[in-house]
Amino acid sequence: MDNSKVPQHNISTYANNKKAIYATDENGKYGIIASSGWDVEEAATKQALQELERLSSQAYAQALSGQASPLYFHMYDRRMDLQTLAQATGMFQWRIKRHFRPTAFDKLSAKMLARYAETLGISVEELRELPKRRANGA
Amino acid sequence: MVPEQSFQHAHSAHCESGVMSLMMHHYGLPLSEAMVFGLSGALMFAYLPFVKLGGMPLIAYRSRPRAIIKGLQKNLGIKMKMQTFAQPEQGTKALDSLLAQGKIVGAQTSVFWLPYFPEEMRFHFNAHNLIIYNKEGDEYLISDPVFETPVRCGTQALQKARFVKGVMAPKGLLYYPVHVPETINYAVVLPKAIRKNAKVMLKTPVPIAGIRGIRYLAKAIGKLEQKDRRYAKLFLGHIVRMQEEIGTGGAGFRFIYASFLQEAGKLLDNPLLVESSKMMTLVGDQWREFALMLAKAIRSKKSQTIDFWALKTKLESVADAEAAVYRKLLEGNLV
Repeated sequence: MDNSKVPQHNISTYANNKKAIYATDENGKYGIIASSGWDVEEAATKQALQELERLSSQAYAQALSGQASPLYFHMYDRRMDLQTLAQATGMFQWRIKRHFRPTAFDKLSAKMLARYAETLGISVEELRELPKRRANGA
Repeated sequence: MVPEQSFQHAHSAHCESGVMSLMMHHYGLPLSEAMVFGLSGALMFAYLPFVKLGGMPLIAYRSRPRAIIKGLQKNLGIKMKMQTFAQPEQGTKALDSLLAQGKIVGAQTSVFWLPYFPEEMRFHFNAHNLIIYNKEGDEYLISDPVFETPVRCGTQALQKARFVKGVMAPKGLLYYPVHVPETINYAVVLPKAIRKNAKVMLKTPVPIAGIRGIRYLAKAIGKLEQKDRRYAKLFLGHIVRMQEEIGTGGAGFRFIYASFLQEAGKLLDNPLLVESSKMMTLVGDQWREFALMLAKAIRSKKSQTIDFWALKTKLESVADAEAAVYRKLLEGNLV
């Protein structure tokens, strides 16, 4: 790729950071050019973020209506899925799935709650609640 | 192996090759990032539909994490000390004591738990690499090669990032060189590394890696027509992310490899390598054209049909062009 063709689209996902791209100068010599991003990449990143957002909003609604436990929401809110959470906690997927049920979640020991909270990087209090700000879909 | 006076940060395309390049510079062996990448034989392609990451199949444009560190050790005779830890506190203590000895230390971390990453770039990827070069109070001074300037990170946050569990769990991995050769016999190591990499890409026995892996992915794209539209779009977006979003230097490491071939050609005064570098640049350009087509598909409205056949055909022609570079490298005289 030619230096002049390195995209500088100032993409929002970079948050003003720049990435190093390899490109050639007018003599064909390679070097590193700092790029403010390519809109192609931005489209893909945003798509992935939107999918995560869709999953967490869905989980939020389910937790709010009592169909699912807050854990179900917090998992997606931390950009995880069942597989990631199982691997990160070292627990079986079926066991975690059980804890997605409010009745099972409410009976969890303090130790179990702490384990989830630690993995998700939130406090036990936060884990037990749904954040208020999401109520209007924000 | 004499360390330079002070550590110098530099902006790199990829974390692992960037870390190794900076480390080698620090210990008196100036290897560019492209050289590190090429000499470790890290160029790859793999499509593993049965390994899922975040619900998406694994698509990789380079060899597995830690392959650059290991490849460089093997091919250049560098010796690295690599240490993992059972307890997070142990890992932090070990890091602090290495820093107190004046060492610069490489570490493997998760991306998600590093607070200096932009919010929209924080995903659960556990094989990120960075250098810790000092500590001030409760903060580490970090050279993260994919960032333009050095960054800082608190003790607790780094500990969390180093000790996440799951796929490619870092287990607190720390590494630093214990032996760095003073000179490298490029006339020997370059042709060997290049030929080996070309062979792996062309003649892999499994249909999921190398050029065959690219064709396998093309085939999978052709089959997306029968899948749910949302999944199909996410799948296409996932390819773009693996190719462009994660630090690849553009076109899924093809430009960085072209840069390596150019540097190698100059060092050995070999026109074939210079010519191959130009060919690889064109291959990279084609990968970018493919990404552009994918982006159009993922942005398309419901009423528009996605031409999966065109995407498949494009990727197949990329595979052809890339295979031609490796064939040229294997047939010609590299010394």
